[in-house]
Amino acid sequence: MNIPMTPEALRRVFEEELLNIAPDASFDGVAEDADLRDVLDLDSMDIMNLVIALHDRLGLDIPDKDAAQLVTIKGAVDYLSSKD
Amino acid sequence: MGLFKMPSLGADMEAGKLVEWMIAPGDEVKKGDTVAVVETQKGAIEIETFEAGTVGKLLVEVGETVPVGTPLAEIGDMSVEAAVPAHEAVPEPEPGPIAPPAPVAAPTLIRAGRHRASPAARKLSAEKGIDLSAIKGTGPGGAVTSRDLEGTHKAAGQKAASASGVDFTEMRKAIGRAMARSKREIPHYYLRHQIDLRAASSWLDEYNGSREPSGRLLMGALLVKAVALSLKQFPDMNGFYENDAFTPSDAIHCGVAVAVRGGGLIAPAVHDTDGLPLGDLMAAMRDLVARVRAGGLKGSELSDPTITITSLGDRGVDEVYGVIHPPQVAIVGFGTVEERPLAADGTLVAAPTVIATLAADHRVGDGRRGALFLREIEKLLQKPEAL
Repeated sequence: MNIPMTPEALRRVFEEELLNIAPDASFDGVAEDADLRDVLDLDSMDIMNLVIALHDRLGLDIPDKDAAQLVTIKGAVDYLSSKD
Repeated sequence: MGLFKMPSLGADMEAGKLVEWMIAPGDEVKKGDTVAVVETQKGAIEIETFEAGTVGKLLVEVGETVPVGTPLAEIGDMSVEAAVPAHEAVPEPEPGPIAPPAPVAAPTLIRAGRHRASPAARKLSAEKGIDLSAIKGTGPGGAVTSRDLEGTHKAAGQKAASASGVDFTEMRKAIGRAMARSKREIPHYYLRHQIDLRAASSWLDEYNGSREPSGRLLMGALLVKAVALSLKQFPDMNGFYENDAFTPSDAIHCGVAVAVRGGGLIAPAVHDTDGLPLGDLMAAMRDLVARVRAGGLKGSELSDPTITITSLGDRGVDEVYGVIHPPQVAIVGFGTVEERPLAADGTLVAAPTVIATLAADHRVGDGRRGALFLREIEKLLQKPEAL
Protein backbone atom coordinates (compact mmCIF):
# COMPACT_ATOMS: atom_id res chain seq x y z
CA MET A 1 0.00 0.00 0.00
CA ASN A 2 1.16 3.46 -0.77
CA ILE A 3 1.18 6.02 1.95
CA PRO A 4 -1.92 8.21 1.52
CA MET A 5 -1.13 11.60 0.05
CA THR A 6 -1.90 14.74 2.01
CA PRO A 7 -4.67 17.03 0.73
CA GLU A 8 -1.97 19.56 -0.14
CA ALA A 9 -0.12 17.01 -2.27
CA LEU A 10 -3.32 15.94 -3.98
CA ARG A 11 -4.12 19.54 -4.72
CA ARG A 12 -0.71 20.01 -6.31
CA VAL A 13 -1.23 16.94 -8.47
CA PHE A 14 -4.68 18.12 -9.47
CA GLU A 15 -3.45 21.57 -10.42
CA GLU A 16 -0.49 20.19 -12.33
CA GLU A 17 -2.70 17.91 -14.39
CA LEU A 18 -5.16 20.74 -15.04
CA LEU A 19 -2.30 22.89 -16.28
CA ASN A 20 -1.32 20.16 -18.72
CA ILE A 21 -4.83 20.39 -20.14
CA ALA A 22 -5.14 24.17 -20.04
CA PRO A 23 -1.47 25.19 -20.29
CA ASP A 24 -2.12 28.90 -20.24
CA ALA A 25 -4.46 28.78 -17.23
CA SER A 26 -3.77 30.41 -13.91
CA PHE A 27 -5.13 29.48 -10.49
CA ASP A 28 -4.40 32.87 -8.98
CA GLY A 29 -7.47 34.03 -7.12
CA VAL A 30 -9.61 31.04 -8.11
CA ALA A 31 -12.02 30.23 -5.26
CA GLU A 32 -12.01 26.74 -3.77
CA ASP A 33 -15.58 26.15 -4.79
CA ALA A 34 -15.55 27.94 -8.15
CA ASP A 35 -16.66 25.83 -11.09
CA LEU A 36 -13.43 25.36 -13.01
CA ARG A 37 -15.35 24.73 -16.21
CA ASP A 38 -16.47 28.34 -16.06
CA VAL A 39 -13.26 29.83 -14.69
CA LEU A 40 -10.88 28.00 -17.01
CA ASP A 41 -13.28 27.51 -19.91
CA LEU A 42 -13.13 23.71 -19.75
CA ASP A 43 -15.40 21.47 -21.79
CA SER A 44 -16.40 17.83 -21.46
CA MET A 45 -13.34 16.75 -23.43
CA ASP A 46 -11.09 18.59 -20.98
CA ILE A 47 -12.80 16.91 -18.02
CA MET A 48 -12.38 13.55 -19.70
CA ASN A 49 -8.67 14.24 -20.22
CA LEU A 50 -8.39 15.29 -16.58
CA VAL A 51 -9.98 12.03 -15.40
CA ILE A 52 -7.61 10.06 -17.63
CA ALA A 53 -4.58 11.95 -16.29
CA LEU A 54 -5.58 11.54 -12.63
CA HIS A 55 -6.34 7.87 -13.18
CA ASP A 56 -2.95 7.29 -14.78
CA ARG A 57 -1.02 9.31 -12.23
CA LEU A 58 -2.71 8.23 -9.02
CA GLY A 59 -3.88 4.79 -10.06
CA LEU A 60 -7.39 5.55 -8.86
CA ASP A 61 -10.57 4.17 -10.31
CA ILE A 62 -12.67 7.21 -11.23
CA PRO A 63 -16.07 6.13 -12.59
CA ASP A 64 -17.62 8.28 -15.28
CA LYS A 65 -20.39 9.48 -12.96
CA ASP A 66 -17.85 10.83 -10.44
CA ALA A 67 -16.26 13.22 -12.92
CA ALA A 68 -18.73 15.90 -11.82
CA GLN A 69 -16.97 16.01 -8.45
CA LEU A 70 -13.72 17.13 -10.07
CA VAL A 71 -14.94 20.48 -11.32
CA THR A 72 -14.00 22.50 -8.22
CA ILE A 73 -10.68 22.51 -6.40
CA LYS A 74 -12.35 21.63 -3.09
CA GLY A 75 -14.54 18.94 -4.64
CA ALA A 76 -11.56 17.38 -6.36
CA VAL A 77 -9.31 17.35 -3.29
CA ASP A 78 -12.11 15.89 -1.14
CA TYR A 79 -12.91 13.26 -3.73
CA LEU A 80 -9.31 12.27 -4.35
CA SER A 81 -8.66 12.14 -0.58
CA SER A 82 -11.61 9.82 -0.12
CA LYS A 83 -10.30 7.49 -2.80
CA ASP A 84 -6.62 7.58 -1.87
CA MET B 1 6.90 17.27 -58.84
CA GLY B 2 6.70 21.00 -58.95
CA LEU B 3 5.98 23.90 -56.77
CA PHE B 4 4.94 23.83 -53.17
CA LYS B 5 2.53 26.73 -52.72
CA MET B 6 0.93 28.69 -49.92
CA PRO B 7 -2.24 26.66 -49.41
CA SER B 8 -5.71 28.00 -48.77
CA LEU B 9 -6.79 26.85 -45.33
CA GLY B 10 -10.38 27.90 -45.65
CA ALA B 11 -12.61 30.47 -47.26
CA ASP B 12 -11.45 33.12 -44.85
CA MET B 13 -7.75 32.89 -45.66
CA GLU B 14 -6.18 35.30 -48.12
CA ALA B 15 -2.55 35.22 -47.10
CA GLY B 16 -0.26 33.47 -44.66
CA LYS B 17 3.03 34.24 -42.97
CA LEU B 18 5.80 31.68 -43.23
CA VAL B 19 7.18 31.30 -39.72
CA GLU B 20 9.27 28.16 -40.05
CA TRP B 21 10.84 25.92 -42.66
CA MET B 22 11.12 22.29 -41.65
CA ILE B 23 13.03 21.41 -44.80
CA ALA B 24 16.22 22.57 -46.42
CA PRO B 25 17.46 22.32 -50.02
CA GLY B 26 18.57 18.78 -50.73
CA ASP B 27 16.18 17.10 -48.26
CA GLU B 28 14.04 14.23 -49.49
CA VAL B 29 10.34 14.58 -48.74
CA LYS B 30 7.33 12.42 -49.43
CA LYS B 31 3.70 13.31 -49.88
CA GLY B 32 2.11 14.24 -46.57
CA ASP B 33 5.34 15.28 -44.84
CA THR B 34 5.10 18.45 -42.80
CA VAL B 35 7.43 20.93 -44.45
CA ALA B 36 6.57 24.36 -43.07
CA VAL B 37 4.67 26.22 -40.40
CA VAL B 38 2.43 29.05 -41.53
CA GLU B 39 0.91 31.62 -39.25
CA THR B 40 -2.71 32.31 -40.09
CA GLN B 41 -5.55 33.96 -38.26
CA LYS B 42 -6.22 30.51 -36.84
CA GLY B 43 -2.78 30.25 -35.31
CA ALA B 44 0.31 28.40 -36.46
CA ILE B 45 -0.56 25.57 -38.83
CA GLU B 46 1.73 22.76 -39.95
CA ILE B 47 1.64 22.52 -43.72
CA GLU B 48 2.06 19.21 -45.54
CA THR B 49 3.43 18.83 -49.04
CA PHE B 50 1.51 17.13 -51.81
CA GLU B 51 4.69 16.92 -53.81
CA ALA B 52 7.42 14.32 -53.31
CA GLY B 53 11.10 14.31 -54.14
CA THR B 54 14.15 16.40 -53.47
CA VAL B 55 13.74 19.90 -52.13
CA GLY B 56 15.14 22.53 -54.48
CA LYS B 57 15.17 26.24 -53.80
CA LEU B 58 13.21 27.79 -50.95
CA LEU B 59 11.47 30.76 -52.56
CA VAL B 60 10.10 32.57 -49.53
CA GLU B 61 11.96 33.72 -46.47
CA VAL B 62 10.84 33.06 -42.93
CA GLY B 63 8.87 36.09 -41.77
CA GLU B 64 7.36 36.91 -45.18
CA THR B 65 3.59 37.19 -45.62
CA VAL B 66 2.45 36.06 -49.05
CA PRO B 67 -0.94 35.52 -50.75
CA VAL B 68 -2.52 32.09 -51.04
CA GLY B 69 -1.10 30.29 -54.09
CA THR B 70 2.35 31.86 -53.95
CA PRO B 71 5.10 29.30 -54.68
CA LEU B 72 7.03 28.66 -51.48
CA ALA B 73 9.54 26.04 -52.57
CA GLU B 74 10.61 23.78 -55.41
CA ILE B 75 10.07 20.13 -54.62
CA GLY B 76 10.81 17.19 -56.89
CA ASP B 77 11.35 17.22 -60.60
CA MET B 78 11.26 20.81 -61.80
CA SER B 79 12.01 19.98 -65.42
CA VAL B 80 8.37 20.36 -66.41
CA GLU B 81 7.97 23.62 -64.59
CA ALA B 82 9.30 26.80 -66.07
CA ALA B 83 12.09 28.34 -64.09
CA VAL B 84 10.47 29.90 -61.11
CA PRO B 85 10.61 33.64 -61.10
CA ALA B 86 10.68 35.62 -57.94
CA HIS B 87 7.36 35.20 -56.20
CA GLU B 88 6.13 38.71 -56.83
CA ALA B 89 5.64 37.76 -60.48
CA VAL B 90 3.22 34.98 -59.64
CA PRO B 91 -0.35 35.77 -60.58
CA GLU B 92 -2.72 35.91 -57.69
CA PRO B 93 -4.85 32.78 -57.83
CA GLU B 94 -7.85 33.93 -55.84
CA PRO B 95 -10.29 36.39 -57.27
CA GLY B 96 -11.25 39.33 -55.17
CA PRO B 97 -9.16 41.62 -53.10
CA ILE B 98 -6.04 40.24 -51.56
CA ALA B 99 -4.90 41.93 -48.44
CA PRO B 100 -1.55 43.54 -48.80
CA PRO B 101 1.12 41.72 -46.89
CA ALA B 102 0.70 42.50 -43.24
CA PRO B 103 3.42 44.75 -41.99
CA VAL B 104 5.88 42.64 -40.12
CA ALA B 105 6.74 44.58 -37.03
CA ALA B 106 10.13 43.09 -36.47
CA PRO B 107 11.21 40.76 -39.25
CA THR B 108 13.66 39.04 -36.97
CA LEU B 109 11.82 35.80 -36.43
CA ILE B 110 14.02 33.19 -34.97
CA ARG B 111 13.98 29.87 -36.68
CA ALA B 112 12.23 27.64 -34.22
CA GLY B 113 13.41 24.23 -35.31
CA ARG B 114 11.03 21.28 -35.29
CA HIS B 115 9.27 22.29 -32.17
CA ARG B 116 5.70 22.05 -31.13
CA ALA B 117 4.49 25.16 -29.42
CA SER B 118 1.15 26.50 -28.32
CA PRO B 119 -0.10 29.45 -30.33
CA ALA B 120 0.49 31.61 -27.27
CA ALA B 121 4.07 30.50 -26.97
CA ARG B 122 4.76 30.90 -30.65
CA LYS B 123 3.34 34.41 -30.63
CA LEU B 124 5.18 35.37 -27.48
CA SER B 125 8.46 33.97 -28.72
CA ALA B 126 8.16 35.93 -31.95
CA GLU B 127 7.32 39.12 -30.10
CA LYS B 128 10.12 38.74 -27.61
CA GLY B 129 12.70 37.15 -29.86
CA ILE B 130 12.89 33.97 -27.80
CA ASP B 131 14.39 30.92 -29.51
CA LEU B 132 11.79 28.16 -29.08
CA SER B 133 14.32 25.46 -29.86
CA ALA B 134 16.15 26.32 -26.67
CA ILE B 135 13.08 25.75 -24.52
CA LYS B 136 12.01 22.43 -23.06
CA GLY B 137 8.26 22.18 -23.52
CA THR B 138 6.04 20.88 -20.75
CA GLY B 139 2.79 20.95 -22.70
CA PRO B 140 1.08 18.03 -24.45
CA GLY B 141 3.54 16.13 -26.64
CA GLY B 142 6.38 18.29 -25.35
CA ALA B 143 4.80 21.43 -26.76
CA VAL B 144 6.28 24.67 -25.53
CA THR B 145 3.63 26.71 -23.74
CA SER B 146 3.65 30.33 -22.74
CA ARG B 147 4.23 29.08 -19.19
CA ASP B 148 7.54 27.59 -20.30
CA LEU B 149 8.60 30.99 -21.53
CA GLU B 150 7.97 32.71 -18.25
CA GLY B 151 11.24 33.74 -16.71
CA THR B 152 12.95 33.21 -20.04
CA HIS B 153 12.13 36.73 -20.95
CA LYS B 154 9.94 38.59 -18.62
CA ALA B 155 8.86 41.98 -19.69
CA ALA B 156 7.96 44.03 -16.66
CA GLY B 157 4.47 43.31 -15.46
CA GLN B 158 3.45 41.85 -18.77
CA LYS B 159 1.04 38.93 -18.95
CA ALA B 160 2.40 35.96 -20.86
CA ALA B 161 -0.07 36.22 -23.70
CA SER B 162 -3.77 35.93 -24.31
CA ALA B 163 -5.11 32.79 -22.69
CA SER B 164 -4.97 30.47 -25.69
CA GLY B 165 -2.46 32.49 -27.60
CA VAL B 166 -4.24 33.03 -30.87
CA ASP B 167 -4.49 36.62 -31.98
CA PHE B 168 -8.18 36.96 -31.17
CA THR B 169 -8.59 40.18 -33.08
CA GLU B 170 -7.29 38.60 -36.27
CA MET B 171 -9.24 35.40 -35.72
CA ARG B 172 -12.43 37.38 -35.15
CA LYS B 173 -11.84 39.29 -38.36
CA ALA B 174 -11.32 36.04 -40.26
CA ILE B 175 -14.47 34.48 -38.81
CA GLY B 176 -16.38 37.66 -39.59
CA ARG B 177 -15.24 37.65 -43.21
CA ALA B 178 -16.12 34.00 -43.76
CA MET B 179 -19.50 34.27 -42.05
CA ALA B 180 -20.40 37.51 -43.86
CA ARG B 181 -19.57 35.83 -47.15
CA SER B 182 -21.70 32.85 -46.13
CA LYS B 183 -24.71 34.96 -45.22
CA ARG B 184 -24.30 37.07 -48.36
CA GLU B 185 -23.93 34.19 -50.80
CA ILE B 186 -25.62 31.13 -49.30
CA PRO B 187 -29.41 30.99 -49.07
CA HIS B 188 -29.65 29.08 -45.80
CA TYR B 189 -32.66 27.09 -44.70
CA TYR B 190 -33.02 25.86 -41.11
CA LEU B 191 -34.58 22.83 -39.45
CA ARG B 192 -34.71 21.56 -35.88
CA HIS B 193 -35.56 18.15 -34.51
CA GLN B 194 -35.56 16.75 -30.97
CA ILE B 195 -33.89 13.36 -30.73
CA ASP B 196 -34.56 10.79 -28.01
CA LEU B 197 -31.22 9.70 -26.53
CA ARG B 198 -32.47 7.14 -24.01
CA ALA B 199 -30.99 4.22 -25.95
CA ALA B 200 -27.74 6.06 -26.65
CA SER B 201 -27.35 7.17 -23.01
CA SER B 202 -27.97 3.70 -21.59
CA TRP B 203 -25.59 2.14 -24.07
CA LEU B 204 -22.95 4.79 -23.31
CA ASP B 205 -23.26 4.25 -19.53
CA GLU B 206 -22.76 0.54 -19.95
CA TYR B 207 -19.90 0.97 -22.41
CA ASN B 208 -18.05 3.47 -20.21
CA GLY B 209 -18.80 1.60 -16.99
CA SER B 210 -16.58 -1.29 -17.92
CA ARG B 211 -13.67 0.73 -19.26
CA GLU B 212 -10.73 2.67 -17.94
CA PRO B 213 -11.00 6.43 -18.52
CA SER B 214 -8.84 6.43 -21.67
CA GLY B 215 -11.18 3.97 -23.37
CA ARG B 216 -14.39 5.83 -22.61
CA LEU B 217 -16.56 7.72 -25.06
CA LEU B 218 -18.37 11.03 -24.94
CA MET B 219 -21.86 11.37 -26.39
CA GLY B 220 -20.30 13.79 -28.88
CA ALA B 221 -18.53 10.91 -30.61
CA LEU B 222 -21.84 9.09 -31.13
CA LEU B 223 -23.43 12.24 -32.55
CA VAL B 224 -20.55 12.83 -34.98
CA LYS B 225 -20.57 9.20 -36.10
CA ALA B 226 -24.32 9.26 -36.68
CA VAL B 227 -23.96 12.33 -38.89
CA ALA B 228 -21.09 10.77 -40.83
CA LEU B 229 -23.00 7.55 -41.49
CA SER B 230 -26.14 9.47 -42.48
CA LEU B 231 -24.14 11.40 -45.06
CA LYS B 232 -23.63 8.21 -47.03
CA GLN B 233 -27.29 8.44 -47.95
CA PHE B 234 -27.31 12.21 -48.24
CA PRO B 235 -24.35 13.14 -50.46
CA ASP B 236 -26.16 16.40 -51.24
CA MET B 237 -25.17 17.60 -47.74
CA ASN B 238 -21.52 16.61 -48.12
CA GLY B 239 -19.31 18.55 -50.50
CA PHE B 240 -18.54 21.95 -51.93
CA TYR B 241 -20.45 24.63 -53.81
CA GLU B 242 -18.02 26.45 -56.07
CA ASN B 243 -18.31 28.25 -59.41
CA ASP B 244 -22.10 28.00 -59.42
CA ALA B 245 -22.12 24.24 -59.06
CA PHE B 246 -22.25 21.69 -56.26
CA THR B 247 -19.73 18.88 -56.24
CA PRO B 248 -20.43 16.11 -53.74
CA SER B 249 -17.39 14.71 -51.99
CA ASP B 250 -16.62 11.00 -52.17
CA ALA B 251 -14.91 11.23 -48.80
CA ILE B 252 -16.70 12.17 -45.60
CA HIS B 253 -14.48 14.51 -43.57
CA CYS B 254 -16.55 15.95 -40.73
CA GLY B 255 -15.27 19.30 -39.52
CA VAL B 256 -15.73 19.40 -35.76
CA ALA B 257 -16.04 22.88 -34.30
CA VAL B 258 -13.61 23.27 -31.40
CA ALA B 259 -13.68 26.29 -29.12
CA VAL B 260 -10.38 28.05 -28.65
CA ARG B 261 -10.05 28.81 -24.97
CA GLY B 262 -10.77 32.46 -24.38
CA GLY B 263 -12.68 32.95 -27.62
CA GLY B 264 -12.64 31.88 -31.22
CA LEU B 265 -13.50 28.74 -33.07
CA ILE B 266 -11.72 26.32 -35.38
CA ALA B 267 -13.40 23.42 -37.17
CA PRO B 268 -10.71 20.99 -38.35
CA ALA B 269 -11.61 17.76 -40.13
CA VAL B 270 -11.70 14.26 -38.77
CA HIS B 271 -10.67 12.49 -41.95
CA ASP B 272 -12.89 9.64 -43.23
CA THR B 273 -15.15 9.97 -40.22
CA ASP B 274 -17.64 7.37 -41.47
CA GLY B 275 -15.04 4.59 -41.44
CA LEU B 276 -13.75 5.13 -37.91
CA PRO B 277 -14.91 2.81 -35.12
CA LEU B 278 -16.22 4.85 -32.17
CA GLY B 279 -13.07 4.34 -30.10
CA ASP B 280 -10.87 5.58 -32.93
CA LEU B 281 -13.21 8.50 -33.60
CA MET B 282 -13.08 9.51 -29.94
CA ALA B 283 -9.27 9.34 -30.02
CA ALA B 284 -9.20 11.42 -33.20
CA MET B 285 -11.47 14.05 -31.65
CA ARG B 286 -9.36 14.21 -28.48
CA ASP B 287 -6.25 14.60 -30.59
CA LEU B 288 -7.79 17.40 -32.64
CA VAL B 289 -8.91 19.32 -29.57
CA ALA B 290 -5.45 18.98 -28.05
CA ARG B 291 -3.81 20.28 -31.20
CA VAL B 292 -6.24 23.17 -31.60
CA ARG B 293 -5.11 24.26 -28.14
CA ALA B 294 -1.43 23.30 -28.08
CA GLY B 295 -0.50 23.81 -31.72
CA GLY B 296 0.21 21.27 -34.42
CA LEU B 297 -2.89 21.45 -36.62
CA LYS B 298 -2.19 20.37 -40.16
CA GLY B 299 -3.13 22.33 -43.24
CA SER B 300 -5.17 19.49 -44.72
CA GLU B 301 -7.30 19.32 -41.59
CA LEU B 302 -8.33 22.93 -42.08
CA SER B 303 -8.81 22.88 -45.83
CA ASP B 304 -10.86 19.78 -46.45
CA PRO B 305 -13.85 19.40 -44.11
CA THR B 306 -16.82 18.42 -46.26
CA ILE B 307 -19.44 19.41 -43.65
CA THR B 308 -19.26 21.01 -40.20
CA ILE B 309 -20.72 19.77 -36.92
CA THR B 310 -21.05 22.14 -34.02
CA SER B 311 -21.90 20.77 -30.61
CA LEU B 312 -22.52 22.97 -27.59
CA GLY B 313 -21.38 20.40 -25.03
CA ASP B 314 -22.61 20.17 -21.47
CA ARG B 315 -22.69 23.85 -20.60
CA GLY B 316 -24.60 25.11 -23.59
CA VAL B 317 -28.24 25.80 -24.35
CA ASP B 318 -31.03 23.91 -26.07
CA GLU B 319 -30.19 24.53 -29.68
CA VAL B 320 -27.69 26.13 -32.01
CA TYR B 321 -28.27 27.40 -35.54
CA GLY B 322 -25.00 27.35 -37.42
CA VAL B 323 -23.76 29.46 -40.28
CA ILE B 324 -22.49 27.36 -43.17
CA HIS B 325 -18.75 27.56 -43.73
CA PRO B 326 -18.30 28.13 -47.45
CA PRO B 327 -17.73 26.34 -49.76
CA GLN B 328 -19.45 23.66 -47.65
CA VAL B 329 -23.22 23.34 -47.99
CA ALA B 330 -24.42 22.23 -44.56
CA ILE B 331 -23.77 22.53 -40.84
CA VAL B 332 -25.35 20.26 -38.23
CA GLY B 333 -25.79 21.65 -34.72
CA PHE B 334 -26.32 19.80 -31.47
CA GLY B 335 -27.48 21.59 -28.34
CA THR B 336 -26.79 20.43 -24.83
CA VAL B 337 -27.90 16.90 -23.98
CA GLU B 338 -30.41 17.24 -21.15
CA GLU B 339 -33.48 15.64 -19.67
CA ARG B 340 -36.55 17.09 -21.36
CA PRO B 341 -40.22 16.17 -21.52
CA LEU B 342 -40.71 13.49 -24.13
CA ALA B 343 -43.97 11.99 -25.26
CA ALA B 344 -43.44 8.31 -25.93
CA ASP B 345 -45.84 5.39 -26.16
CA GLY B 346 -48.74 7.51 -25.00
CA THR B 347 -47.08 8.85 -21.87
CA LEU B 348 -44.98 11.82 -20.96
CA VAL B 349 -41.54 10.99 -19.57
CA ALA B 350 -38.39 12.88 -18.66
CA ALA B 351 -35.72 11.62 -21.00
CA PRO B 352 -32.24 12.58 -22.16
CA THR B 353 -32.64 14.30 -25.49
CA VAL B 354 -30.67 16.47 -27.84
CA ILE B 355 -32.02 19.05 -30.23
CA ALA B 356 -30.38 18.65 -33.60
CA THR B 357 -30.48 21.49 -36.10
CA LEU B 358 -29.50 21.74 -39.70
CA ALA B 359 -28.58 24.78 -41.74
CA ALA B 360 -28.24 23.83 -45.37
CA ASP B 361 -27.78 25.49 -48.75
CA HIS B 362 -30.97 26.05 -50.77
CA ARG B 363 -28.95 26.14 -53.98
CA VAL B 364 -28.32 22.44 -53.48
CA GLY B 365 -31.61 21.17 -52.08
CA ASP B 366 -34.77 21.80 -50.13
CA GLY B 367 -35.99 21.40 -46.58
CA ARG B 368 -37.58 18.08 -47.37
CA ARG B 369 -34.15 16.54 -47.95
CA GLY B 370 -32.84 18.20 -44.85
CA ALA B 371 -35.69 16.77 -42.80
CA LEU B 372 -34.99 13.27 -44.05
CA PHE B 373 -31.33 13.77 -43.22
CA LEU B 374 -32.10 14.72 -39.60
CA ARG B 375 -34.53 11.78 -39.36
CA GLU B 376 -31.76 9.43 -40.52
CA ILE B 377 -29.41 10.78 -37.82
CA GLU B 378 -32.18 10.17 -35.29
CA LYS B 379 -32.71 6.63 -36.54
CA LEU B 380 -29.03 5.74 -36.28
CA LEU B 381 -28.84 7.08 -32.72
CA GLN B 382 -31.55 4.61 -31.67
CA LYS B 383 -29.10 1.77 -32.36
CA PRO B 384 -25.90 3.04 -30.80
CA GLU B 385 -24.31 -0.41 -30.81
CA ALA B 386 -24.29 -0.27 -34.62
CA LEU B 387 -22.51 3.08 -34.86
